Amino acid sequence: MPKHPAAPPLGLDAHLVVERGSFRLDIALTAAPGDVVALLGPNGAGKTTALRALAGLAPLTGGRLRLDGTDLARTPPESRPVGVVFQDYLLFPHLTALDNVAFGPRCRGAGKSEARARAAAWLERMGLAGYAGAKPRRLSGGQAQRVALARALATEPRLLLLDEPLAALDARTRLEVRARLRRHLADFEAVAILVTHDPLDAMVLADRLVVVEHGRVVQEGAPADIARHPRTEYIAQLVGLNLYRGLADGHTVRLDAGPEVSTTEDLSGPAFVAFPPGAVTLYRDRPTGSSARNLWRCEVAGLESHGDQIRVELTGELPLAADLTAVAVAELGLHPGAPVWAAVKATQTHAYPA
Amino acid sequence: MTTTAPDTPRKARRPRAPGRGVPLALLAPALVGLAFLLVPLLALVVRAPWRDLPEQLTSPAVWDALRLSLVCATTATALSLVVGVPLAWLLARTDFPGRSLVRALVTLPLVLPPVVGGVALLLALGRNGIVGRLLDEWFGVTLPFTTAGVVLAETFVALPFLVISVEGTLRAADPRFEEAAATLGASRFTAFRRVTLPLIAPGVAAGAVLAWARALGEFGATITFAGNFPGRTQTMPLAVYLALQNDPAAAIALSLVLLAVSVAVLAGLRDRWTRAV
Repeated sequence: MPKHPAAPPLGLDAHLVVERGSFRLDIALTAAPGDVVALLGPNGAGKTTALRALAGLAPLTGGRLRLDGTDLARTPPESRPVGVVFQDYLLFPHLTALDNVAFGPRCRGAGKSEARARAAAWLERMGLAGYAGAKPRRLSGGQAQRVALARALATEPRLLLLDEPLAALDARTRLEVRARLRRHLADFEAVAILVTHDPLDAMVLADRLVVVEHGRVVQEGAPADIARHPRTEYIAQLVGLNLYRGLADGHTVRLDAGPEVSTTEDLSGPAFVAFPPGAVTLYRDRPTGSSARNLWRCEVAGLESHGDQIRVELTGELPLAADLTAVAVAELGLHPGAPVWAAVKATQTHAYPA
Repeated sequence: MTTTAPDTPRKARRPRAPGRGVPLALLAPALVGLAFLLVPLLALVVRAPWRDLPEQLTSPAVWDALRLSLVCATTATALSLVVGVPLAWLLARTDFPGRSLVRALVTLPLVLPPVVGGVALLLALGRNGIVGRLLDEWFGVTLPFTTAGVVLAETFVALPFLVISVEGTLRAADPRFEEAAATLGASRFTAFRRVTLPLIAPGVAAGAVLAWARALGEFGATITFAGNFPGRTQTMPLAVYLALQNDPAAAIALSLVLLAVSVAVLAGLRDRWTRAV
């Protein structure tokens, strides 16, 4: 991406090390102004700790933190040019929406009337001009989220941090707020970092994903690239792929799990093989004359509905997930414990170097 | 309200499950306890010299004692707020070596006999006390047996109530609001003043009322440290005790006034703060 050269003079250059008991967070993060980076990972991966370290709310035990060339590692939170949108917003309940937004400018030295004018402009921009006098408890989830965003942006931060910005919203509000947030993030000229465990939020809102597991970065890159080439079981599950690691030799990958997979790619050395559950065909009896070269003997471990399909979890020679229509499940008479043959065409698999 | 929910009245009138009455072993001592608390108050009201009451209450001695009591209790409460709220914040929000020991020492006056508190105050702030001597030598300030002494004695016993009450409220308040304030550029003091204090205001007010009531009723420390001079250090409780020896009717009248003030405070607490806390 042309947006961030190797050593950005502006933007974020961080190597966050936070040790707490047996947990160790150790991740490198760089971003240029205008970048929106999503920290994606399961619960307990250390995403929120990383965010708190960036905001100065959790002390770094090592590493470095530079923003626009300034060392912030020892700077207290109130002196960092960092804005935070907290997961449950933490709007001050005793202040109106306007005073919540004016709080930051006020603390950073603006006079009372100037701070209020700036706050009013931000509320206007968020489409909340009519709610200036409302206390937080009278705001809907989506409105509160926008006030929280306005409050964070009103201090004109050089780094905007969003902790699970959509997690507190119900499914319908989420859609609208996500679209709105995307526009605001696109307008934001400094670095934005959001933490989420929702791959959809990450892929819609961010131009770059940093996947964190057990306090470490396991993969980073453009959302589309990560969706196509997952490198861990966690990401594969998020993007809905069967993923295996193995050793490639030409058009065959011998999987660590045992069996071989035929692929169209010609590789050698450690490799990943991925294929979507929809590419799997199931048979009650061993198919004869099937064009699929990849055939494994499996057993149904469980069934659950997955959109308008049925997700069949299989164990056996190769543990995998298959998506079938309800009709196919009924015709095959699938139930937990039923023996089946699973087939995948080589053209449906995707192999890439590990 | 109950009228809007159609099934609420039915639920309220639902008969008790069979055999689930209150056991006598609990009911009997509970009633004894209740009677024990109520009968003395009842006696006070029954035996009050209602006919002479207007005359008793308008005597200048009573007014002097009442005025002094209210002024001293209010000043002691104000002093407690000024030093007690920051002390509570320190105990609730910071971590320093020996913090639990400090908290234990803060609560000590709660369990210490007030007379002992008065003696301790004399040894600290009396004319020959370790601090009092310096105050006398350097500034010519003498505290024992003055109205200021009454205020200090009352603050000594009332402050722990305020600190404990405010500290509890602070611990219950979400510290992340202070973090949010910090990310917006607020120093810890600004965050305390503009965010935390308004959030814990109901708890602070409740603590202040508790402290005020405790100061108003203070006897032991006051009489030990400040003496019993009418108009200067003789507060209501001292006046009651003194009157009981030579004019029981006056003592009852004074007690009724204190009872009325207490009931008024309780009613105020109930209306304004019990719901908020």
